[in-house]
Amino acid sequence: MSKIHVTTTVNGDEVEFLCDSRETLLDVLRDRLNLTGAKEGCGTGDCGACSVEVDGRLVCSCLMLGAEAEGKSIATVEGIAEGEELHPLQKKFIEYAALQCGICTPGILVAAKNLLERNPDPTETEVRYWLAGNLCRCTGYDKIIRAVMDTAKDMREAS
Amino acid sequence: MALDEYKPQKGGTEYDPEKTEFTFVGTRPDRPDGLDKVTGRAKFGADMSAPGMLHAAIVRSPHAHARIVKIDTSKAEAMKGVKAVVTRADFADDIPFKPGMGGELWNVLENVMAGEKALYDGHAVAAVAATSALEARDAAKLIEVEYEVLPHVTDVDKAMAPDAPVIRAGTRDRSVPEGFNENVVRYHESGHGDVESGFAEADLVIEDHFKTEATHQGYIEPHACLAMLGNDGKGELWCCTQGHWNVQKLCAALVGIEQSQLRVTASEIGGGFGGKTAVFIEPVALALSRKANRPVKLVMSRSEVFRATGPTASTSMDIKIGMKKDGTITAAQGTFRLQGGAFPGAPCEFTAMCAFAPYALENVHQVGYDVMTNRPKQAAYRAPGSPMAAFAVESVIDELCKQLDLDPIEVRLKNASKEGTKASYGPRFQRIGLVETLEAAKAHPHYSAPLKPGQGRGISCGFWFNHGGETSVTLAMSEDGSAQLMVGTPDIGGSRASMALMAAEELGIPYENIRVTIADTASLGYNEVSHGSRVTYASGLATIQAARDTVRKLKKRAADKWGIDEDAVYWEDGYAKPSGPNAGEFEPMHISKICAKMGATGGPIVGHYEATPEGAGVSFATHIVDAEVDPETGKTSVVRYTVVQDAGKAIHPTYVEGQYQGGAAQGIGWALNEEYIYGEDGRLQNSVFLDYRIPVASDLPMIDTVIVEVPNPGHPYGVRGVGETSICPPLAAIANAVSAAAGARLRELPMSPPRILAALEKQANG
Repeated sequence: MSKIHVTTTVNGDEVEFLCDSRETLLDVLRDRLNLTGAKEGCGTGDCGACSVEVDGRLVCSCLMLGAEAEGKSIATVEGIAEGEELHPLQKKFIEYAALQCGICTPGILVAAKNLLERNPDPTETEVRYWLAGNLCRCTGYDKIIRAVMDTAKDMREAS
Repeated sequence: MALDEYKPQKGGTEYDPEKTEFTFVGTRPDRPDGLDKVTGRAKFGADMSAPGMLHAAIVRSPHAHARIVKIDTSKAEAMKGVKAVVTRADFADDIPFKPGMGGELWNVLENVMAGEKALYDGHAVAAVAATSALEARDAAKLIEVEYEVLPHVTDVDKAMAPDAPVIRAGTRDRSVPEGFNENVVRYHESGHGDVESGFAEADLVIEDHFKTEATHQGYIEPHACLAMLGNDGKGELWCCTQGHWNVQKLCAALVGIEQSQLRVTASEIGGGFGGKTAVFIEPVALALSRKANRPVKLVMSRSEVFRATGPTASTSMDIKIGMKKDGTITAAQGTFRLQGGAFPGAPCEFTAMCAFAPYALENVHQVGYDVMTNRPKQAAYRAPGSPMAAFAVESVIDELCKQLDLDPIEVRLKNASKEGTKASYGPRFQRIGLVETLEAAKAHPHYSAPLKPGQGRGISCGFWFNHGGETSVTLAMSEDGSAQLMVGTPDIGGSRASMALMAAEELGIPYENIRVTIADTASLGYNEVSHGSRVTYASGLATIQAARDTVRKLKKRAADKWGIDEDAVYWEDGYAKPSGPNAGEFEPMHISKICAKMGATGGPIVGHYEATPEGAGVSFATHIVDAEVDPETGKTSVVRYTVVQDAGKAIHPTYVEGQYQGGAAQGIGWALNEEYIYGEDGRLQNSVFLDYRIPVASDLPMIDTVIVEVPNPGHPYGVRGVGETSICPPLAAIANAVSAAAGARLRELPMSPPRILAALEKQANG
């Protein structure tokens, strides 16, 4: 079967790839572009470990085909830090021990960053519902929610 | 902790009661692997690739129980891109079948790849490797398996019935009394005193029946590995596992090579909770790799994870407890039936032994049955067996308190196990912290906070043994005075931080100057699996001892330089110092100065420690839960949750809190939502996260924690494992809260909305 040629932007860089029509965006990111930060926890859009932004919108990359990335702008966990400077969420997640095993962390960081860009002052309930699509089995979410809330507070005070 | 490993634990490295001041231990620094894990560069099981790598897929049985008549692989083998196909014939043929747990290696092989029969929906029957993952999946569909479907059974009580289909004749061991279906494969009985006379002394005796469904550990990372095995018998394996030496041992045996010739590297691990202590896909990937002579990557889908790995045992339990009007428990008896899938090993003895451990009882008797069914082979899940027992026992105690109008914490305090108590499972307790957790729970504002209408409060205690196990640690000094610490227990939730803290404490150098590496199997002696809450205890103890060994060697170098006896040198804050005026007048010598010269003063400075520490202190917890039940929908909301648990000594308190919170959250899922649902056809009906719903962020409240520290006499700093005990009380604590809120006792887990509505209806109809 002939492959599909796709031109897209990932974390600000223009990239080209060939993919099978059945490959998901997650397959392409991980297996063709070597960006293994997004994880496959379920392949059915239930766990959020593969969360990325597509043109600023939060999506499960396991539910989107690689071919659909044509002309889009994709942002993954690998693009959250600016050079050596970590995003405030990344710093806070380390400081608060908002991760144990760390497998859900890339997806949660992408989702939380997307939330704070839309809503710089979310309530605890808003954070919990926004992150309800990102499963974490280790932490019970307590430290994750605190880290997101306190990052939002720091970012509001800094701006 | 595997079943045959448990023994009453004593001894170990003595606790030093003089050591109460710590520089590093008890602080909360950033974890050493934090940056890797927030930037996406940490490499988990599926994140590794190799040049020339193939991808593999597994063919699984759609039947719960079926004879494999024929497997035709010809079409798959003829497909373009396919490089290897394996079936059971490609694995070792010299592994003996034996009754009970004696044939565990045979059981592992039989589970990895079916032999004559497929024993559960999802059982692997063949596998294929091809040049892409899509091709491998397409090729798997071309493998034709002819089955002769057999009668099946998936329920524990039904599997014990005389007419139930027998999963595998000859499996039961000699512990099983006469008269049971052959599916009952092991039997456990323990206790002391005379329960009948105890019940006669009671003012109230309650006897009740409970059931719990199987739940999955639910780690977010599916099993994944990358294998390379040549026909020279030498192999390399990268995989996500809780214990890579165990993987090495099992895989080498299953593919028929020498253990030392297989080097296993543990990837970062995306959760395990006991479910990654076994092997599933690793031997398959090795067998495919050998046949294709190329590296093979094999990654499970979520559905494969649910169908073929990990779940807990499901249970059927009878509990009888007698109590006097003043709250004294006079006797307790429990019968625990556990199904662990199509293999022996359901932890019936742990369930029985943990059930009444929180209480000092004169008369106690417990019986356990290990029962086989057509389900996947159960795997350890966080304190295997204990949470179910606590659910049943603590529900009955709650009911006794209610009917006798007694405070549930006071009753538990009155009967609590203490140092010197003869445990329900045999040995006498050393120093333990149950009373301290109950006192802290009683004093916590949560316990006296007012409840809103429709809400109920529940409490429960929980117990786990904890474990030591084979451990090997090496600490190598660098010329600049920094240290490389190699441990063999995968870091599942921040253990690199705890290890670095303990090494820093002993060496007297900054936490940041210690690099902790999870060594591969070729770089360190054997390390048992990360289970039994053993890592901070056992690898921690070994880290402390390896650091002390290093300090001895550092002191020797200083002593030689000064020309004095090494006993006249002591170590403080990273410096060798002469121990007093008699030792001589010398400038303290910093570790970096000693290390800078190590090549010329005797060679590399390396400390190490190898042991099987047996002083893992048991641990207790008390949980308080407020729940709200919606009588219209039957939905339960957990509105407030407090965990109180004894950590012995919290090395990194933030990660201890994390273990408490995580255990409580998993317990909430188990209590309210999670269950394996089998159809009449014996197939698992909910093998995706949409249908097997684990708690999400919007389901839970903040989870408050109280760290109680009653030192474990078997660890230099008093550490007790904390990972598992936290999941023991939630099932019962929530059930007690729900019963208080709904006014009806829930005896079956999960307490899902349909069960709650049924209980409410039954209550209303009297």
